[in-house]
Amino acid sequence: MYGLEFTLNGARTSPEGFGPTTTLLQYLRATGRTGTKEGCAEGDCGACTVAILDPDAPKGPTWRAINSCLVLLPTIHGRQVVTIEGLSEPNGPVHPAPAALVERLGSQCGYCTPGFVMSLFEACYRTDLDRPERLDDQLAGNLCRCTGYRPIREAAQAVAGLRPSDRFRAALEKAEAQRRSWSGEQGGQRFFLPTRLEELWAIQAQFPGIRLVAGATDLGLEITKRFAEPPLLCGLEGLSELRGCRAQAGHHHLGAMTLLADLEDYAELHLPPLHRMLRFFAARPIKNRGTLGGNLVTASPIGDLAPVLLALGAEVVLTGRAGSRRLPLSDFFLGYRKTALGPGELLSEVIVPALEPGIRAAAYKVSKRQELDISTVSASFWLRLDPTGRVEDLRLAYGGMAATPCRAPRTEAALRGQPYTEENVRRAAAELERDFQPLSDHRGSAWYRRVVAQNLLLGFWLETEQQPLPQLPTRPIGTVTPPEARR
Amino acid sequence: MNSPLHRPALHESGHRHANGEALYVDDLPPPRGMLHGLVYVSPVAHGKILRLDVSAARALPGVHAVLTAADIPGHNDIAPVGKDEPLLATDTVHCVGQHVALIVAESLAQARRAQAAIVAEYQPLPAILSLKEAMAAGSYLTQPHLIRRGDVQVALQSSALVLEGEVETGAQDHFYLETQVALVVPEEEGGYRVWSSTQHPSEVQAKVAEIMGLARHQVVVETPRMGGGFGGKETQGAHFAALAALGAGATRRPVKVWLNRDQDMTQTGKRHPFHSKYRCGFDRDGKITGLWVETHSDGGWSLDLSRAILDRCLFHLDNAYYLPNLHFSGRVCRTHQPSNTAFRGFGGPQGVAVIEVILERAALALGLDSAEIRARNYYGPAPRDRTPYDQEVKDCRLDRIHRELLLSADYQNRLAEVAAYNQTSRYQKRGLAFQPVKFGISFTHSMLNQAGALVLIYADGSVQVNHGGTEMGQGLQTKIRAIAAHELGLLVEQVRVMTTATDKVPNTSATAASSGADLNGAAVKLACETLRERLSPVARSLLGIGEAEDLSYQGGTVRGGGRSVSFGELAAVAYARQISLSATGYYRTPDIRYDPAIGRGKPFHYFAYGAAVVEVEVSGLTGEHKVRRVDILHDVGDSLVPTIDVGQIEGGFIQGLGWLTTEELVVDAQGRLLTHSPDTYKIPTAGDAPRDFRVALLTGAPQADVVHGSKAVGEPPLMLAIGVVSALRRAIDAFRPGAEVTLAIPCTPESVLRAITSLETHESGGNTRAIAGSAGIVI
Repeated sequence: MYGLEFTLNGARTSPEGFGPTTTLLQYLRATGRTGTKEGCAEGDCGACTVAILDPDAPKGPTWRAINSCLVLLPTIHGRQVVTIEGLSEPNGPVHPAPAALVERLGSQCGYCTPGFVMSLFEACYRTDLDRPERLDDQLAGNLCRCTGYRPIREAAQAVAGLRPSDRFRAALEKAEAQRRSWSGEQGGQRFFLPTRLEELWAIQAQFPGIRLVAGATDLGLEITKRFAEPPLLCGLEGLSELRGCRAQAGHHHLGAMTLLADLEDYAELHLPPLHRMLRFFAARPIKNRGTLGGNLVTASPIGDLAPVLLALGAEVVLTGRAGSRRLPLSDFFLGYRKTALGPGELLSEVIVPALEPGIRAAAYKVSKRQELDISTVSASFWLRLDPTGRVEDLRLAYGGMAATPCRAPRTEAALRGQPYTEENVRRAAAELERDFQPLSDHRGSAWYRRVVAQNLLLGFWLETEQQPLPQLPTRPIGTVTPPEARR
Repeated sequence: MNSPLHRPALHESGHRHANGEALYVDDLPPPRGMLHGLVYVSPVAHGKILRLDVSAARALPGVHAVLTAADIPGHNDIAPVGKDEPLLATDTVHCVGQHVALIVAESLAQARRAQAAIVAEYQPLPAILSLKEAMAAGSYLTQPHLIRRGDVQVALQSSALVLEGEVETGAQDHFYLETQVALVVPEEEGGYRVWSSTQHPSEVQAKVAEIMGLARHQVVVETPRMGGGFGGKETQGAHFAALAALGAGATRRPVKVWLNRDQDMTQTGKRHPFHSKYRCGFDRDGKITGLWVETHSDGGWSLDLSRAILDRCLFHLDNAYYLPNLHFSGRVCRTHQPSNTAFRGFGGPQGVAVIEVILERAALALGLDSAEIRARNYYGPAPRDRTPYDQEVKDCRLDRIHRELLLSADYQNRLAEVAAYNQTSRYQKRGLAFQPVKFGISFTHSMLNQAGALVLIYADGSVQVNHGGTEMGQGLQTKIRAIAAHELGLLVEQVRVMTTATDKVPNTSATAASSGADLNGAAVKLACETLRERLSPVARSLLGIGEAEDLSYQGGTVRGGGRSVSFGELAAVAYARQISLSATGYYRTPDIRYDPAIGRGKPFHYFAYGAAVVEVEVSGLTGEHKVRRVDILHDVGDSLVPTIDVGQIEGGFIQGLGWLTTEELVVDAQGRLLTHSPDTYKIPTAGDAPRDFRVALLTGAPQADVVHGSKAVGEPPLMLAIGVVSALRRAIDAFRPGAEVTLAIPCTPESVLRAITSLETHESGGNTRAIAGSAGIVI
């Protein structure tokens, strides 16, 4: 027996006959739940958004809007899922999320609408949507081609944090973590869902080289875009020991399976540069599935966490059956999409030194579109001055400039030991020409990358000359906000 | 109870959109035995098919058919106008993504395996991949179209300022959220029933019949609704319906052809890229003395609607301004790209962009603000009331809109605020610009301006309305329902607007050219009037009143002589008295014509007007920018449903903003589209829309001779977004006042940073990117 089951719109559901790489979206549409739409099958449009109950969220159980096109069925084993069809009961009251959208004519063609409704549904039960930029972030994962967004934004504002006393809120209140191991096979594909590392080691021993899946926001694309049918997969969803962040002895320990959305919350309090990056990193439904570890192990040249963590001096912990080892993040990336992970190892934790008082640090991301776009150039800088105002130590890290995210050694050398002045920063920035030979592609030309890389360093000086850890303004014009524009 | 006309209303399908009940073609329950069609497409931009062996593919499990051109029972042509576009390639392929074969299988996974088993060889032929290359090679799809008046050369010689330059605008993908899809079910007598996501069911019917070798009465096409169209489903939905019909014919089973996003973006046409050269003269006051424009468009590999799109570009090179002397020529180029097609504005935006770039350059050169130079050039009293094609501009509302908008947008004060900000801000600058639009309403191919309706009253007084228009989100059905309810004096709940179907109303035109409500609304109104004329004698006899006494239809009740009868009762009695309760309505736009041979005529029934004030802010470090505030005042006549019209204006503006800023289609050296999904093709998100977005409708402005005094609204507002380019130009100018600004469209952060650094050499509309200049911090 397959034995996979989850709760769909309140009813226990066993997707018999659907293989383990079937996506939740495929399953929904194949079983006649056609309110959820496919717009892109890559998590970039939001038409397929549904909500899932996360009982283990750091701030207590919460509904999360997610892209059903990138969810593999086994990864929601034992979970509660709500789709557009489940919001309103026949003859019952209309849920406030769709009601708010309809009243303001937030739908025209209607194809993106169920997805927006589900993002608004999450907004309804969130307690932290207290600032306009958080509402922007809540909507960034849903594209609408008709309305121009004004009515949708007004609807989101109207429902954010409403927390109606309904069955969805009741579900949050009685939710409890219940993780169950599962494994199953269908049509020659096997999927394992361990809940303890010990189980994982055993699975790896039996199936060396088995692919590990975290949030599936990257691996999912192989399945939905390139139609891969991987025979062996192991989901890490159930490994709660890898999830969560804590501060200890001057360091931040960030669990590899921490959701990007949760990392964003933690970083806002403890690591402002990381928080700045996460605001314009993917979109809410992706951040509700994607993980810290997943983002790093893909070793993509434009992975947005890496430059920040490099600048902050992070180390990674690689864990295998035999134990753990620590190495600097800069030694983790070996080449284009290549890492130092050995056979049977996984990235379990990232350790970031706490930001001491006086440290100057920030992160920047430049893309064609500000929200939900891949970086043309990203950068993060960390810098310590000595009492005389000279640069005592610094780390300048870039993404999009080379085959892997990496530091700029010549530029660092040019600034080290120098007074932290505009003139010296401009002089050092010219060294970036020698540190990087970026490529031209559809995101931007080599010329643009070179100029922007330098301008970002100047922008960092502008931002941090007076203020060591500048926060992102509410709705910035660009990634850099010079003091003159903060007035 | 008042009439629903001219009042705010929710979208007719709003509740069903928001609870997931609204059905689109791909949502229909699969008919028994349904198969999936997958299109095998050309991998090369231009080549001779040396070998196409589908035998191995045919033999795979689950595969029911693999069909090529030879399997087409009728005529292998899917072109809407010319006869230049085979549905399936015969001996030559002309673009990457051209349809070559159709695989029909039980599942898409099986179809994909079959696709991989097709053995094909192509002999590569030289490919023309960009508009520039086509112009250089003299590769054309049409003869030049000329419109002339006066003597431009003489006018320029005596001008105080002459500007020369080039304007290029890029392609734009429609990015309707619902991709192309059709479902075809074989029916009795060898016919087919087609469910198609199309703006033009009658053309789908005609094309399916032609491909299958049938008469049109054998084919019924239904369009429930579209998840967006924007012109992309005006002609190109027919391809997928015809392919599905081909598969259904070969297998005698229902076949669905649905494209995923990558397939849709790779296989379908886009907004036409245009390249225009111009010379324009001004007098000392900033009045245009003469304008010479030579424009070329990239039609892709076949004609599609490119000729009419080029015509509309020429018809909008004047935008809102009187041009005493002019010489416009335009020609469609042929490239080895998917055939470019209709897209909201239909060439109009590409024309308007040219004169707006010229005006903003001139304003900066002459020290005028963005509103002032435009006000000096508006159409006015004779002789300044003649368009380049000699149509009289009657009832021009630009002066009024201009005046009212400057006040409501606080334009003069904000000019000063922007100047003050730019004085003190070194790394971020703002720009404020004014953008008017005048847009001609009617299909420029005059005979298309016709529409039909069929209205049915049932004996309980409930009503079904059928008409030729299709719903793609624009709110047509909301407007139609309001019109029908108004004419018959009903509550909107008593009126149901039905799925568009070719067996209800024949020979319809596409829902396009912003004309859906004008044409179909008028036809529905006429049908309802006919029915009311039949019902009124019955009502008078029930109410006991004579011919001379007033009869009113309102809120589901008919009143007269102090008595009333419900519409339901009236319908029941009329039925009992053997009165026909169904009627057709037919409307054609009067008095329009155009002669392309002499470039003269009256192609438009009327003009729609509007204007926007746009404020932007630009980062000098990265070229990133944001629209801070937009104020729009738009003329929709007496709005049929104001809430719907506001939605069209806001949505049109943001779609234009995407075309002009973030949406960039990039093709590689082999002619393959690199940006074929939202991962790489970036339409605006919620955060790109201005936080401060104020839209108002011009009040007290009924339009003569249009249904209930209304005006078309679908396309004109898109052009208001061109104000963003002007505002960016002003912000860039503020970084280095006085220097000439060369700003490429789309205005991506890179394009803007290049303009700021003056390093730009040449930019095209997104297909290629020149890389020049040395790097370094520039400000």
